[in-house]
Amino acid sequence: MAFEGLADRLQSTIQKIKGKGKVTEQDVKEMTREVRLALLEADVNFKVVKDFIKRIKERAIDQEVMESLTPGQQVIKVVKEELTTLMGGEQSKIAVADRSPTVIMMVGLQGAGKTTTTGKLANLLRKKFNRSPLLVAADVYRPAAINQLQTLGKQLDMPVFSLGTEANPVDIANQAIEQAKNNHNDYVIIDTAGRLHVDNDLMAELQQIKADVKPDEIFLVVDAMTGQDAVNVAESFNEQLDITGVVLTKLDGDTRGGAALSIKAVTDKPIKFAGMGEKLDELEAFHPERMASRILGMGDVLSLIEKAQDNVDEKKAKELEEKMRSASFTFDDFLDQMAQVRSMGPMEDLLGMLPGANKMKGLKNVQFDEKQISHVEAIIQSMTKKERQDPNLMNASRKKRIAKGSGRSVSEVNRLLKQFEEMKKMMKQMTNMQKGKKGKKGKGMNFPFM
Amino acid sequence: MSFFKKLKDKFVNNEETEQVSDKYKDGLTKTRSSFSSKINDLVAKYRKVDEDFFEDLEEILISADVGVSTVMDLIDELKLEVKRQNIKETTQVKEVISEKLVEIYYGDDDEAVEELNLQKDQLSVILFVGVNGVGKTTTIGKLAYKLKEEGKKVVLAAGDTFRAGAIEQLEVWGERAGVDVIKHSAGSDPAAVIFDGIKAAQSRKADVLLCDTAGRLQNKVNLMNELTKVKRVIEKEIPGAPHEVLLVLDATTGQNAMSQAKTFSAATDVSGIVLTKLDGTAKGGIVLAIRNELEIPVKFVGLGEKITDLQSFDAQAFVFGLFADMLEDDDQPAK
Ligand SMILES: Nc1nc2c(ncn2[C@@H]2O[C@H](COP(=O)(O)OP(=O)(O)O)[C@@H](O)[C@H]2O)c(=O)[nH]1
Ligand SMILES: [Mg+2]
Repeated sequence: MAFEGLADRLQSTIQKIKGKGKVTEQDVKEMTREVRLALLEADVNFKVVKDFIKRIKERAIDQEVMESLTPGQQVIKVVKEELTTLMGGEQSKIAVADRSPTVIMMVGLQGAGKTTTTGKLANLLRKKFNRSPLLVAADVYRPAAINQLQTLGKQLDMPVFSLGTEANPVDIANQAIEQAKNNHNDYVIIDTAGRLHVDNDLMAELQQIKADVKPDEIFLVVDAMTGQDAVNVAESFNEQLDITGVVLTKLDGDTRGGAALSIKAVTDKPIKFAGMGEKLDELEAFHPERMASRILGMGDVLSLIEKAQDNVDEKKAKELEEKMRSASFTFDDFLDQMAQVRSMGPMEDLLGMLPGANKMKGLKNVQFDEKQISHVEAIIQSMTKKERQDPNLMNASRKKRIAKGSGRSVSEVNRLLKQFEEMKKMMKQMTNMQKGKKGKKGKGMNFPFM
Repeated sequence: MSFFKKLKDKFVNNEETEQVSDKYKDGLTKTRSSFSSKINDLVAKYRKVDEDFFEDLEEILISADVGVSTVMDLIDELKLEVKRQNIKETTQVKEVISEKLVEIYYGDDDEAVEELNLQKDQLSVILFVGVNGVGKTTTIGKLAYKLKEEGKKVVLAAGDTFRAGAIEQLEVWGERAGVDVIKHSAGSDPAAVIFDGIKAAQSRKADVLLCDTAGRLQNKVNLMNELTKVKRVIEKEIPGAPHEVLLVLDATTGQNAMSQAKTFSAATDVSGIVLTKLDGTAKGGIVLAIRNELEIPVKFVGLGEKITDLQSFDAQAFVFGLFADMLEDDDQPAK
């Protein structure tokens, strides 16, 4: 999952300094050296890293910090604050024009994911805000780009405006606005062709579209895997178009995602959305402060709760929470929950949001794939009712029978039993941890596996 | 003979190679000028080769996405070399830098690895793999054209049945290049399309079959397994095939390209890299590290969206492109 590698490195660096009762200048230097490496390996632009390190050093090698009772903690606090600033503060909202339609322009390099994001954004606008968008096929250059948007329009059952590949993108945009007005579409999303920021002709075309349609939002779509060049691209698009926000795509990959930090630093424009998969409902609002705490290993419990609330039956969840706390969670519950959890998205992503989960042995690098999950289901379904209630009953002959019944191997059965135990332990730990922190039964924690 | 002179002789005094290097120079204009002007600035800024000089050099290389650990190794080696050759002037160190870059790239290998492994009397199958949006389909269009120009009969297989409009996109490229495209409907099994592609290419007595696949992020286990399956279908139909598995990498990609190279190699045994979008300002320096660590050579570079914008990779031409400004400057010190 994105940001994970960066999180690992920063966390281990931080661990070293955390408990120190006395922090020397040398300690801070060593820490910043490691932080620098971690950020560079994560593709954060070297200039951004340089400024970042400078600020941390200045603030950390400060008398108040050094002489405080918990200097290690203080230093970490500094890093945390600076990182949050770097990622941007509050999550920002999407514009609504005073007069309909609201116009959004999607711009960016080739292959960044503009067309897919156009479809996802339209889907989100309809689903969450009850809007009716018009999609505009203004990429007349890339072969079959129009076709791609039309296919997405069909999948979403949404109108797509196109004048074919012979028309001028500026005309297309203008006429699309007219059509939107006539047909009462309250959002217009213009999918423009990918282009290099140094391609003067094509950048002029975007400026012309902008001058004509006066968009309320110009979203720069950026691939989260982008390296050092992210600053050049973002700076240049921003200078020429004065973008209003950024959409990061392909964040479901394993990139360390430093581009996010670079872009924010050079443009000071908010990252508004993150693409989390190829499906049309896999676009999420980007929460900078949550992402920062995720990177520093504080977990992103808020996002997890939101996900859970979107997907889960409250009452059932409460029952489960109790079961987990008392460790009376059974395989039946597990089966039940698996169905619910699966509706929340990929398991790796969910785990990534748990505080400290990436440090938990046995959970690190666990790969969940659909096939594996159906194997797990088959194994549980081959257990007797009693076995599901009480895994302690399990012995060699039972395991053999279950393996045979499910068409899996005994070692797979063993592995599942072990994972189940680990999971139970983790759940207990998590529920208790959360309880302690909030001092009362956290209402938000009513999700299925807690 | 000095390394610079050798490079120069290779490219300046030879008409054929001059054309090649011109293309590089055109395509890489932005890349080259930003990179080499930075090095030139560096050289102008520092009279002496000292710690500050190396620190700045480190940043230039990092900004080319070479990767921080490779850069630190390189700087260490440079420092040794500077000491060994007793270099004091920064102008002299330019040469050592470019020499080291080519050296990192090649290691102990000979340079023939750049050539495409094509069969003489039977169908050659080339499988294209990579993450989303890197330029697989476009590269297939360009390569089809290039091979056809060389007199080969080429067939394309539309193995991206997932992304909306992907099949139509490949069909347009097929038309442009003037080659046949074998396709199934959207959403069908990619392995079946590739299987049909092989059969069709064989019965049409084609020389080369280029297989497109859907882009996929390397951490998606299911999708990577699907790719392995596609490869297995090819292996089963033609022993020894696929003759090339080309991983397409976007030059704009940072350090994640290493993870892409590792994972795609594990799934499909990648034999070469196509580095696309070098016509932008990104430098794709990560291929140095990939070559060094995984021994996967770059075979082609993409320098634009036109059908002719594909060039065979030549590390020396690449470095020449990066340093061309300096070579010219060396000739005319008065300028
Ligand atoms: N500037 C530039 N754009 C390229 C290059 N190669 C591909 N592209 C563009 O990158 C985008 C994605 O390419 P595509 O072939 O669809 O990628 P795929 O998803 O890997 O098949 C398209 O807009 C292409 O025109 C290149 O070398 N330079
Ligand atoms: Mg494609």
